[in-house]
Amino acid sequence: MFHPHTDTDREKMLAAIGAKSLEELFEIVPEDIRFPDLDLPKTHSEMEAYNALYGLHTKNVPGIRMPNFLGAGAYRHYVPAAVDAILRRGEFFTAYTPYQPEISQGTLQAIFEYQSHVINLTGMDASNASHYDGATAAAEAVNMAYGISRKKKKKAIISPALHPHYRETIDTYFKPADFDIGGEDLDPWSNPDTLIDSIDEDTACVVVQYPDFFGRVFDYTALGKAAHEAGSLLVMVVNPMALGMLKAPSEFDADIVCGEGQPFGIGLSYGGPYLGMLATKKKHVRSLAGRIVGETEDLVERKRGYVLTLSAREQHIRRERASSNICSNQGLMALAATIYLTMVGKEGLREVAELCYQNAHYAASQIAGLDNFELVTDQTFFNEFVVKCPKPAEEINKALLEKGIIGGYEIGKDFDGMENHLMFAVTELNPKEDIDALVSALKEVA
Amino acid sequence: MTEQKTIYEKSSPGRRAVRFPKPEVPLTALPNEFLRKDLVLPEVDELEAVRHFTNLSQLNHGVDTGFYPLGSCTMKYNPRINEETARLSGFAKSHPLQPSETVQGNLKLMYLLQKYLAEISGFSQVTLQPAAGAHGELTGVMIIRKYLYKKGETQRNKILIPDSAHGTNPATSAMNNFKVVEIKSDARGNIDLEALRAECDDTLAGLMLTNPNTLGMFEENVQEVCKIVHDAGGLVYGDGANMNALLGIAKPAEFGIDILHYNLHKTFSTPHGGGGPGSGPVGVVDFLVDYLPGPLVEIVEEDEEGNPFYDLVTPKHSIGRMKAFHGQFGMMVRAYTYILMHGAKGLREVSEMAVLNANYLMHKLKDTYKIPYERTCMHEFVIEGRWEDAPDIHALDISKRMMDFGIHPPTTYFPLIVKEALMVEPTETENLETLDYFVEVMLKIAKEAHEEPEILHAAPLTTPIRRMDEVKAAKDLVLCCVWPEDAIRAE
Ligand SMILES: Cc1ncc(COP(=O)(O)O)c(C=O)c1O
Repeated sequence: MFHPHTDTDREKMLAAIGAKSLEELFEIVPEDIRFPDLDLPKTHSEMEAYNALYGLHTKNVPGIRMPNFLGAGAYRHYVPAAVDAILRRGEFFTAYTPYQPEISQGTLQAIFEYQSHVINLTGMDASNASHYDGATAAAEAVNMAYGISRKKKKKAIISPALHPHYRETIDTYFKPADFDIGGEDLDPWSNPDTLIDSIDEDTACVVVQYPDFFGRVFDYTALGKAAHEAGSLLVMVVNPMALGMLKAPSEFDADIVCGEGQPFGIGLSYGGPYLGMLATKKKHVRSLAGRIVGETEDLVERKRGYVLTLSAREQHIRRERASSNICSNQGLMALAATIYLTMVGKEGLREVAELCYQNAHYAASQIAGLDNFELVTDQTFFNEFVVKCPKPAEEINKALLEKGIIGGYEIGKDFDGMENHLMFAVTELNPKEDIDALVSALKEVA
Repeated sequence: MTEQKTIYEKSSPGRRAVRFPKPEVPLTALPNEFLRKDLVLPEVDELEAVRHFTNLSQLNHGVDTGFYPLGSCTMKYNPRINEETARLSGFAKSHPLQPSETVQGNLKLMYLLQKYLAEISGFSQVTLQPAAGAHGELTGVMIIRKYLYKKGETQRNKILIPDSAHGTNPATSAMNNFKVVEIKSDARGNIDLEALRAECDDTLAGLMLTNPNTLGMFEENVQEVCKIVHDAGGLVYGDGANMNALLGIAKPAEFGIDILHYNLHKTFSTPHGGGGPGSGPVGVVDFLVDYLPGPLVEIVEEDEEGNPFYDLVTPKHSIGRMKAFHGQFGMMVRAYTYILMHGAKGLREVSEMAVLNANYLMHKLKDTYKIPYERTCMHEFVIEGRWEDAPDIHALDISKRMMDFGIHPPTTYFPLIVKEALMVEPTETENLETLDYFVEVMLKIAKEAHEEPEILHAAPLTTPIRRMDEVKAAKDLVLCCVWPEDAIRAE
């Protein structure tokens, strides 16, 4: 427990207030419901609490020691030691939103640098200070597009090859609105240009993923052009790690770029906290959701510094007319990404991205060489690919697990008729040795 | 302080920090048509990088460096043990899509946290998925909507929000396509019952209630307020930002609240991280459990020896998924650790000491600063940063001057119903010496306000940087160290 009060302190303070007892401070709480008994575990000392948590974590440990080929929106990457060392500085993690710039320049400048990295990677002109995660950032991107159309265009076309959690999140966000989420019935394997036929005057935006959910890399130039001709926007959901080697979304003339920043120095942590990225072109900056940091000067010495800016978009000023309801964001995760990108730098990011690419292509070609396994991905891909197995994917995964390997993602869970399909993700943390082990295990279990 | 260079200004072509091994696999040709030509990112050595961020951190005020009485945000001490437990490899390195049999530790922790949070507030079930308080609000208001629509009451299109409420409440309701109607507060800082009754017709969907409210005061008619809304067929959403006053003191479900979000980053000691991550679990009463966003963790079977198997389950009428995966798991580990360390008795003491600290400060300040509503406060209170005999002094000036004494200013200009509001929340983790120091500083500032107002207008004087030109920031809109085109041109 962390409250420092001694009995003497309490007495002194109660006397100063003029209260006879602590209970007296709570007399306003209706008596029949005051001071309920809580059925909770006993008070643990720090040592006991640590042991209890240690015990729980060991129930997962065999799992985390296994070679692991899961991706599907969360990726295992090496995190340089300096990232966590800096994140653990209390000056960073025990501060809050930098409302007071005079005593928050550390956070503010770090966010400004984060925004710069996002802008450089995506080719956009403006980035927010972070959003909750990739899925919610995608929902906000659609909401932005809706707002930019002044709520006149009442539908979004979502690529059927968008991460299913992202589609579900967008669906949830828009159920209350008079707004349609389309694209569901299209064939997830088709070329994204087939989306062009669905675009019309009522389309606020088209949402595609880059690389897409299945890891494929497509050229979205034609799609972007068609969207713009109809007066709608191109929203691209990115894996920013892939941008270490792939063209920036601006080259396809994207209007809003969002994505999951977790690959940048953020641990898997069973799904969160992660990092929602959200960026756009200059002309839409006033529609951007969330906090934005801008450069300025102090009024006295004219020294350069940073502040939260354009806050007239936000809930604390605009209330029911705000561009979003977001308040707390993922500040510390944005800091992690900022430190990560600084540590790996320009050359390093390309190296990691290419390692993922090379390892994944090696794995794909080895698996494709097995009897009865078919590489379904027939398109340029980054670090994920889909394989059709001779048996239900679930059985294959169970058999792999018995051999101490965590297999791929069973995409049949989300897509009909793909019960035999597995999607493998390969990063710099799946060395050749693990890949070879996977391939020989697959050979045995099939 | 000399001006801080940005990391881009420290960059030098060819310089490296972390390196990666060469591929060990046979190489595949790169996809030329998709390769990027250039990438602008910093190039620095490791020491430069570490020094850069260390120096930046030193420009920050955090709970670790000094008193941080930021109202409504509960800036309590962030226990270091939480940082250790959340980094235990079994938790920190597990993938969200791993087979359930390999993550029973995670699932058990989530199961128990759901249970503990439900117990603390009197709810039947809790979803851990929402990413922050505002995201929890969005979840809760979606549940209200889906529940009413399922009953066929689609005419219910308005949400009532007290005028003291946080901005996320109306913003959330609007995102749900509800009409927002503001309800005024009465002379004692409670919801005005007449104004409330007047809006309780058959278009009412619900009320968003914060208790204790943002004035730091317990809603005196809370059960009556909930009853009025229920009688009109609406639901009551509770903004649980202020749960730090209620642990073991009262269960919000017993006020009549149907849905409530918790802020693990406030009440349950997970760090604020310079803006986040938060975590905003949502609890509901019995008849709303089926509407929660999926997945929840449940015991799906037990083996012969009675050992439970935990798994992820989606409720029957779920509003759907609110984000990818299962929520801010790392924050759950921290909050769980915190609850274990306190137990029932310890949590009640947390709220008791938070309320004691706030009342102590309020009493020490009340003769110098105007208190808009003089009642026993809960875990925070609001004072006015203005005096008739010091007309040029504003809450802003007082805030800025506090920085010169190593104190983070309170929340300013919120709630909106108090003029020149300064909202003070000391939290339970501050000791008497710190509280007394705060009082001494506040009295000194009040004196300066009357005798040497120019000091306050010029403040802060000792911070790394002085008051900022916010107008220039919004006008010039420089949002990036080097614009990509400029960088490419420069090369
Ligand atoms: C009263 C109140 N409600 C809601 C919120 C929003 O919570 P969050 O920032 O976690 O989204 C806050 C946070 O600052 C708050 O003080």
